[in-house]
Amino acid sequence: MDAIADLGGMQGWGPVPYNTDDPPFHEPWEGRAFALTLLSINRLSGQNLDAMRHALERLHPVDYLIDGYYGRWLNCAELMLTDSGVIAPGAIDARARRLRGEDVPEPPEPTLNKPDYTPAGPGSLRQIDDQPRFKVGQTVRAKDLHPLGHTRLPRYVRGRTGVVERIQPAALLPDTNAHFLGENAQPVYGVGFDSTELWGPEGERFTLHIDLFETYLEEA
Amino acid sequence: MTTMPASERLPASLRTEALESILVERGLVDPAVLDKFIGMYENDVGPLNGAKVVAKAWTDPEYKERLLADGTAAIAELGFKGPQGECIQVLENTSALHHLVVCTLCSCYPWPVLGLPPAWYKDPAYRSRAVREPHALLSEFGLVLGKEVEIRVHDSSSEVRYMVLPERPRGSENMSEEELIPLVTRDAMVGIAKVSLPG
Repeated sequence: MDAIADLGGMQGWGPVPYNTDDPPFHEPWEGRAFALTLLSINRLSGQNLDAMRHALERLHPVDYLIDGYYGRWLNCAELMLTDSGVIAPGAIDARARRLRGEDVPEPPEPTLNKPDYTPAGPGSLRQIDDQPRFKVGQTVRAKDLHPLGHTRLPRYVRGRTGVVERIQPAALLPDTNAHFLGENAQPVYGVGFDSTELWGPEGERFTLHIDLFETYLEEA
Repeated sequence: MTTMPASERLPASLRTEALESILVERGLVDPAVLDKFIGMYENDVGPLNGAKVVAKAWTDPEYKERLLADGTAAIAELGFKGPQGECIQVLENTSALHHLVVCTLCSCYPWPVLGLPPAWYKDPAYRSRAVREPHALLSEFGLVLGKEVEIRVHDSSSEVRYMVLPERPRGSENMSEEELIPLVTRDAMVGIAKVSLPG
């Protein structure tokens, strides 16, 4: 989907706030949110890493930006856990209000609704028999796709032409795996794009390298 | 999950406490397991791991060759592996080529060697600008590269994770692997800085 998470090339953010010795967690709750989300991805919700990234994508843009990185993780854990029927919608807010002394009712425990899904192996990489369709050195175009669901094809490369630089290990296709519609393990290509192809002749000169799934590419 | 007016928003800290309270009450989460995960990334898995990899590569040419050929395996030789480390590729910075790593879509980062990403790496400003104006971005970080230096920006869009092998600083030729380790910074292994000698 064309979501707030797809930030590549967006303008107007200003300087990067920078701190040399940035700790992993700025406040204790960030560590708790991190660990709770790690447990939520698979163990609690029965989902997977691609579904987690899709949950991040689905957050309301204002929530995505305003709650910061670990607030975002918490929100995505809430989405995965409510989708899988582990907790009820509104359960976190109700409990939070009770924790601060408000007398509000809590929703009843929902019916479990975990996805019917078993990974074919650990992690995201797979050995596949299919030969890669594209070769190193070949010119390829990133398709101009606008899927309604999850994708790892950022807007800024869609429709742009680049060169295959490297055949990466085959991996699960996030677009289907995030929706439990199959792993579709396939070749992944490290593709190089000239900055002028992405941003026009007036922009900075550099090369952009990005790893793209075979499904995202066509011959150019 | 819909957004609400700022005045009605509950703080993320309170909502986190609420989620933990619900899951612990239901017996689904053991707080000690949370403590273990947190402790691991606060104390054990951080950029010191990557610094050890870099210092070894600087002092052991055969190790460097293995590291550039198969980063995951060479990094595992030092005992570093785990989540977000299924496939780590190492990019060598030279006087002619400068690599910079970003994840525009989320904040993918090579956890086993660098730990969890710093706030700036996760910031929308870094994620948006690294793939559009890396020269401007690097100069804001204090790194001005000559016109002859090619910049290659790596957007971590698949499960491949990237770590930069920075250039060994001039004047460090007589330093041992152990002496080199503390020179190697997280920033240099992401590509927003070079490694320099102290002083």
